[in-house]
Amino acid sequence: MIRDQFRILRVDLATGKGRIEHLEGRDEVAGGSGLAALLYSRYGLMDQPWNTEGQPLIFAIGPLTGYFPLMSKTVCSFKSGYHHQYTESHAGGRLALAMRFADLDALVIVGRAGRLSCLSIGTRHLQLKDVEFMRGVDADSAGKLLRRISGEGAGHRSILRIGPAGEIGSPMASINVDSYRHFGRMGGGALMGVKNLKGIVIHGDGECPQPVGSLYPKIFKEIHSQVTSTDMMHKYYNLGTAANLQGLNDISSLPWLNLQKTSDPGISNLTGEAFADATLLRNGACSGCPVGCIHIGYIREKMTGDNRYHYHQVAYDYEPIFATGTMLGVTDPFDVLRILDVMEKVCLDAMSAGVALAWATEASEQGLITEKQTVVRLKFGDAAAYQQAAGFLGRGENDFYRLLGQGTLRAAEVYGGSEFACVLGQEMAGYATGELFFAAQTLGFRHSHLDTGAYSYDQKNAEQDVQKAVNFLMDDEPGRTFLTSMVACLFARSVYTDSRLAECLSAVGYETLAGSIPVVAEHIRRLRWQIRISTGFNPDALTIPKRFYKVKTWKGPINKDYLDALKMEYGKRIMALAGQETLLKREQEVTG
Amino acid sequence: MKQLATPRMDQCIGCHSCSLACARLIHQRLSWETAGIRIHSSGGLSTGFMAIHCLACDPAPCALVCPTGAFSQRAGGGVIVRKKLCIQCGQCVVACPVEAISQNKQGEVFVCIHCGRCVEFCPQSCLEMQETAVTEEVSQ
Repeated sequence: MIRDQFRILRVDLATGKGRIEHLEGRDEVAGGSGLAALLYSRYGLMDQPWNTEGQPLIFAIGPLTGYFPLMSKTVCSFKSGYHHQYTESHAGGRLALAMRFADLDALVIVGRAGRLSCLSIGTRHLQLKDVEFMRGVDADSAGKLLRRISGEGAGHRSILRIGPAGEIGSPMASINVDSYRHFGRMGGGALMGVKNLKGIVIHGDGECPQPVGSLYPKIFKEIHSQVTSTDMMHKYYNLGTAANLQGLNDISSLPWLNLQKTSDPGISNLTGEAFADATLLRNGACSGCPVGCIHIGYIREKMTGDNRYHYHQVAYDYEPIFATGTMLGVTDPFDVLRILDVMEKVCLDAMSAGVALAWATEASEQGLITEKQTVVRLKFGDAAAYQQAAGFLGRGENDFYRLLGQGTLRAAEVYGGSEFACVLGQEMAGYATGELFFAAQTLGFRHSHLDTGAYSYDQKNAEQDVQKAVNFLMDDEPGRTFLTSMVACLFARSVYTDSRLAECLSAVGYETLAGSIPVVAEHIRRLRWQIRISTGFNPDALTIPKRFYKVKTWKGPINKDYLDALKMEYGKRIMALAGQETLLKREQEVTG
Repeated sequence: MKQLATPRMDQCIGCHSCSLACARLIHQRLSWETAGIRIHSSGGLSTGFMAIHCLACDPAPCALVCPTGAFSQRAGGGVIVRKKLCIQCGQCVVACPVEAISQNKQGEVFVCIHCGRCVEFCPQSCLEMQETAVTEEVSQ
């Protein structure tokens, strides 16, 4: 619904009751990332631990959600159990449109349910159901059970759930969204786990009036045509993000074997083409996106010696293939899908888990950990062992796996091997492109490769100019922040330029917002960082492990001085964003 | 007389572009529900999608039960809808053998009028307008 105020549903799991609230701020924070930050500043407990009962779990959509193609993502924000600071994670699926049609700009969940529960909401209902019988149930089975107990609405609802990893509070636990999408990183699943919240079902059973005037249908059609009839989205439509594997390997920027290499001939089995030819079963789309970048592969398993088989569908993308394929030395696409299948079921973030297991493999090779810790012998390329290990990590099999689930560096603090822990703020994304990406992921707001275009900058710029590079990061971030406030899929960033966004906002009636995009973008960027800094962000506390200094890319060996200078300068600029007041307040808190 | 057919639903990716287009262009609203074609998953996303829409019965049971003439028989199958005559009794919803008619919470009913405006928005070519005689999903 187009309205100036935000319509928020705040649910307290302790009582099972909710409350609709109307909140001002549309022209200041827009929605999505901006709204999530506003809501955390209102409901968040900045100085309390992440798992305090009152900490909010926030889901927010944007002013254009559902109104235009690819405005199909949702922002989830919370205080992370990974770094104990404010963070965001983004996911597609049906969630964004389900929230739109449930007439909610945001859902804020506080409190802790007495027993394992499922929250079900729609335009005319709110129910907290006891699902204690689902304790320990994997995400796949949980999805089936939630569908059964949710009654009508197949196809017009979004089902979120966690698996065992979330239930044990692992900071690597993801939230599964509609089977094939995820709030993957920074442990959103753990927060659901500590809240005793196994699932969330949102029924998009309402409707909104169409914006008046002829401009809206005209712009819609133009954009629909751009994304379906031109080459702009062809990469995502065709091979999907897996298309990047070959290219990054070719320029020596694809992490292999725990980043001991950045290129390997084994890539021939793991390209986008190889996955499509051998494993691709079908494609899927987020609701409201005619591109349909979701690539779903299959694995077929023999049950017995006789000809008895069953099969599973597993979505794949560039990042999960890097994390469970090249990083682990697994070069059979079906084996990659088998490892991912286990991670899906226990509901672990595949990137974090894959990178953590890569470290564990090298630590095993060096004798820092033994089979007593890993239970199964880890060896690069041994897919069967990684399938087992993924299950152990997701279910917290023993002290070692529970510690590893806290983060690779936490495990390395105890067992050694921090120099080869591939962690840049969190377990690395699959871009060994060079100094700027390493600095940018280490300090980036979400520690995501999508915070800024650093990985792209690295691929195009060989010069080593600290100011120019950091200027690029600083200039690039507000636009992305505004897009994630709409909440657009970032794959559509070439379609949704600032001028196009202004047209879209005008066409649906947000004239003021349309006229102030740069100012609002900067405001949201600042607000997010202020909250992050208030919850403990300190660039000096984040280090870049030695392994990254030994990387060789197409530009040659990493220049240590350049990388250190980039990190220092970027950290300084981020802290300056927060403003004197935030920094002073934080200093007072630290010094007591 | 042509009618909307969904001959290639195996290719559907579940983007809802068709139902969103119908809701937007025919009913001037944004919704998954208030549309003449609605996409449902059949047992979760893993098992694909089905399109719920009017299969152009002739005679149409929904038109036969309509007490006010809001629904009348369309030549070649389906119905002609005169919304102003509708008293929102919902009998058409019950009469439809394939649950193709939906009713929102305000009582308004929504059915495919075979205008074909959704077709161009399907990125997977699942839909097309066909002459009744060659429409597989009806003739078989």
